[in-house]
Formats: sequence, C-alpha cells, structure tokens
Amino acid sequence: MGINTAITVENLRKTYGSLTAVNNLSFSVQKEEIFGIVGPNGAGKTTTIECLEGLKHPDQGHIRVLGFAPQKDRRALNERIGVQLQESSIAAQIKVWEALDLYTSFYSNPVDYEELIDKLSLSPVRNVYYSKLSGGQKQRLFIALSLINNPDVVFFDELTTGLDPQARRHIWDLVRQVNEQGKTVVLTTHFMEEAERLCDRVMIMDHGQIIALDSPEKLIQSLDAEHKVMFSVKGNIEKEWFANLPTVENISIIRDKMTVSGKNERLLADVVNLLTAKGIRYYDLHTQQPNLEDVFIALTGKEIRN
Amino acid sequence: MKSLLKLTWIEAKLFWREPQALFFTLIFPLLLLFVYGGIYGNKPKAVFGGFGHVDVSVPSYTAMIIAISGLISTSVIMATYREQKILRRFKATPLSPLILLTADVIVIFVMTTLGMILLIAAAKLVFGMRFSGSALSFAGAFFLSCMSFFSLGFILAGLIRTARTAQIVSMSIFFPMILLSGATVPLEIMPETIRTYAKIFPLTYVVQFLKGVWFGRAWSAHLTEIAVLIALFVIGLLISAKTFRWD
Repeated sequence: MGINTAITVENLRKTYGSLTAVNNLSFSVQKEEIFGIVGPNGAGKTTTIECLEGLKHPDQGHIRVLGFAPQKDRRALNERIGVQLQESSIAAQIKVWEALDLYTSFYSNPVDYEELIDKLSLSPVRNVYYSKLSGGQKQRLFIALSLINNPDVVFFDELTTGLDPQARRHIWDLVRQVNEQGKTVVLTTHFMEEAERLCDRVMIMDHGQIIALDSPEKLIQSLDAEHKVMFSVKGNIEKEWFANLPTVENISIIRDKMTVSGKNERLLADVVNLLTAKGIRYYDLHTQQPNLEDVFIALTGKEIRN
Repeated sequence: MKSLLKLTWIEAKLFWREPQALFFTLIFPLLLLFVYGGIYGNKPKAVFGGFGHVDVSVPSYTAMIIAISGLISTSVIMATYREQKILRRFKATPLSPLILLTADVIVIFVMTTLGMILLIAAAKLVFGMRFSGSALSFAGAFFLSCMSFFSLGFILAGLIRTARTAQIVSMSIFFPMILLSGATVPLEIMPETIRTYAKIFPLTYVVQFLKGVWFGRAWSAHLTEIAVLIALFVIGLLISAKTFRWD
C-alpha cells in the first residue's frame, strides 16, 4: 500500500446463498479524495462499503483500510473510521445531545461534540428526541456521529436518499467540508448527479462488478457524446443557415421546435450568434450536456433505476 | 469504564421514557397487591403459619417482578435494539458487547430493585406487612435470583430478532409460569399434580427461596434452590455469550 493510499481492495467477492453480490472487485482509494461508488439498487454498493467497514465478511479477497484488515481488526479500525450506514438507527427516545454524548464515550480521542452540533446546524434540535427529527436532521446527526472520533476515513452509504432537493444540497456542502478537513470520503449513491458534483473519482458498478472507474470529467469525455441546443422559433428559418455552421453536426426540426447538436463545446455560442445575427425571435432555449447518467447508459445499455 | 457509565445512564433514561416497561416493573405488582390485599386483607391465618395474605404475597410478587424484568424487559429491549438496527450502529464503533450487556443488566437490576422497594413500602404502609427474616439475607437471595433470571432472559434476547416476537414468546412463557410457580397463587393451595409440574419452572425456585428467607429460614435450608439458580445463571451466561449477535 502506497503512502497516499487509504484503502486497497483485491479480488473482493461476497455471495448470499446463490446470489453473487460482488464479484472479483479490485480498486484503491487515495487519501483525501472523495471516492464515489455509484450504480443502481442491487449493484453491490452497500455490500462493498460494508466489507470495507468490517460489518460484512467477504467470501474471498484482500482488504486493507488504513493498514487494518477490517474483519480481523474491526475494533481498532473503528477508532479511525467514521460510518453512516444505509440501514441503522439510534434509540427512538434518545435526545440529539445525549446520542452525541454517548458515542463520545466509545472512543479514545473524541472531538468536542458541541462543535459538531454547531457545524451541522443541530443546535435548534439538541434537546429533541431522535424519533421527532426530520429526514435531513437525522442524516446530519448521523454525519455528526460519524465524525465524533475525528476519523481519517469516513464512509457514507446513500446519505441523501429520501431527502428533498434542498436538504440534499445542504448535505453535499457538508460532505465537501468534511473532505476539506483532510478526511478521505467514500460514499455510495444511486444519484448520478450527486456523484458527478461531489466525487473526485467514481466507480460505476452494475451486477456486482466494476464497469468504469475514473474522474467524472474523464468518464464523460470518454463518451465522445454530443452537446445539444434546443429552442423554439417564431417565423421562418432555413435549415441551411445552421448546417453551414462548422460546429453543427445534426439538425432536427419538429414543427417550431429545433434541435442542433455537435461534439464541439462552442456549439451553443455559434447557434446563439447566428440567431441574433439573423434577427430570429427564439424562446425556450435550453442545452443538454452529456453527464454521468449518459455514461451509465452507454456502458450498460439501460437507464439507472431510481 | 467511561462508556459503561454513560451507556448505563442513557439506558436508565431510556427505560424511564418507556411507559410499558415502567408499568410492568413498577405499577403492575402494586396493582396486584392492592387488588388481592383489598379482597383478603392481612389478618393472621393458621394456613399461612400465623401470617396474613399480604405477608406471604410480597416475596411471591417480588419473584414475579424478577420474572418480568428477566424475561420480558431484557428480551424486548434487546430485540427492539436489534430490529431497529441500533445494535448495527453500535457494531461500527469500538464498543464491546460485554459493556453493552453489563449496562443493560445494571439498569434492569436497578429497576427491578426499585419495583421491589415500592412493593414492600406499599405493603408496609397500607397493610402493615410483617417481616421476620434478615434483610441482608433477603437482599442476597433477591440478587442471586435476578442474575439467574436475567441470564435466562439474555438467551431469549440473543435468539429473537423482532420486538413483537420477543413480546409474544416472553409473555407465553411468563403467564403460565407466574400462575403455576406460586408467584401469584400460593402453591400450598394447589393440587399435588400441579405442585409436581411447578418444579419445571425456574421461577418456582425463586419463589421458594425468597419466601423461605423472607420468613427467616437460613440459606443453608435452600441448597436445592441455590444450586438450580446458580446453574441457570451459568448456563444462561454461556449460551447468551455464544448466541449474541449485533444484527
């Protein structure tokens, strides 16, 4: 394991009865990066992350997290990692500050939980029972619990599932802040947008296997996909005007709706300049850039099932 | 040590916030005392060797509180923790299972003791209860009985995955046992056959032991009961240590 490597996984395999959850997985996570494991439900994301956390026993394979073997040295490893689990809870009738106080007592070198209450905006609910918290507040509490031992690596499993878009954005900011403190973050998500916005590198999984692993930008570039500009027009336009633009590769017109596409990023500027120069009134203009979702579709031939 | 203290304190608060557990441990035995004490009073009777109904019922009801705590509280609490994946979250910390179980035993023991103190205080103040044994000897018998029953409860707690099952299973053991062990109805007034069958219930030994020392008999007069309770304690501890699971 190199000095900059936080996690290495070699030939990880885990089966449940006749179902192979993950098969022959090998990858490594660098220190201080945000590493995303993405894929549809049932792809093997949670099984993978729980093997790293020492909660599940792999049938085969070699794992090192911060130099520890997660299954053998689970309690020593637990001092150095923080986890938020997809399926877990704390007692319904425990108050927010009591939960933080309790978890503080489990570790040798805890941080001051009052700081975490502030950072995660939990002050207004510090005396509220866990069962009375909103989904976003619960997840913020779980983030706080995962940070209480000042861990080197933090694992987040489907952190934003079930949250509304506003709460989700708030959580993204918090994850970035955790990472900016120099902590390695490993997260799973089935939201491609989340992975694209947060992660330095993403590992796309399907049916228990890695189908791609790279930075979101590189994965999208590798698609060599088209940018699209779509708009509606009032009055007559000539298809040739657009066909003569060097960046335009395809044109389609359906009634008053026009779509032009091409691989060059200057496409949008060219199209808008032309419309302005010809004095054409257009409205409802929007663009479509290739994203991680397209990468997934290109690699698997199917849409990710949300 | 720090985590044991914190966990014990939190578990105690959680117990206090759970109306059902509080009712069965603290209130239900008092209700029985007041209902049967109200009906039969506490006048000395020859059949009870010169004691009254309340005098002989208090050690029996104490045995019942031990059975409630040992069977119902332990199994329902642990099964709830397991079902709600609270234990799973603990598993991802350095907390050891031994600390968790110790904290639970302390809290449940304290609550059981509180139930017994309330019962004795009410019997003394309302019915003028008579006590002819040694308080220390009774406290010792109470402690041994509790540990023995809690360790049996943790066998159930280790095997059962959901709170609902824990309730059904523990209740279906609890009710026949309190009826047929002398914990509610004195075995002395039961037919011979039932008295024979009563010997299969662990609670019968608790009732005999507590009643004996309550009326001043020495521990040495209860070697059978003590042996059975120690054996159950050890068996329970060994099995529950083997079967404990975080999830």
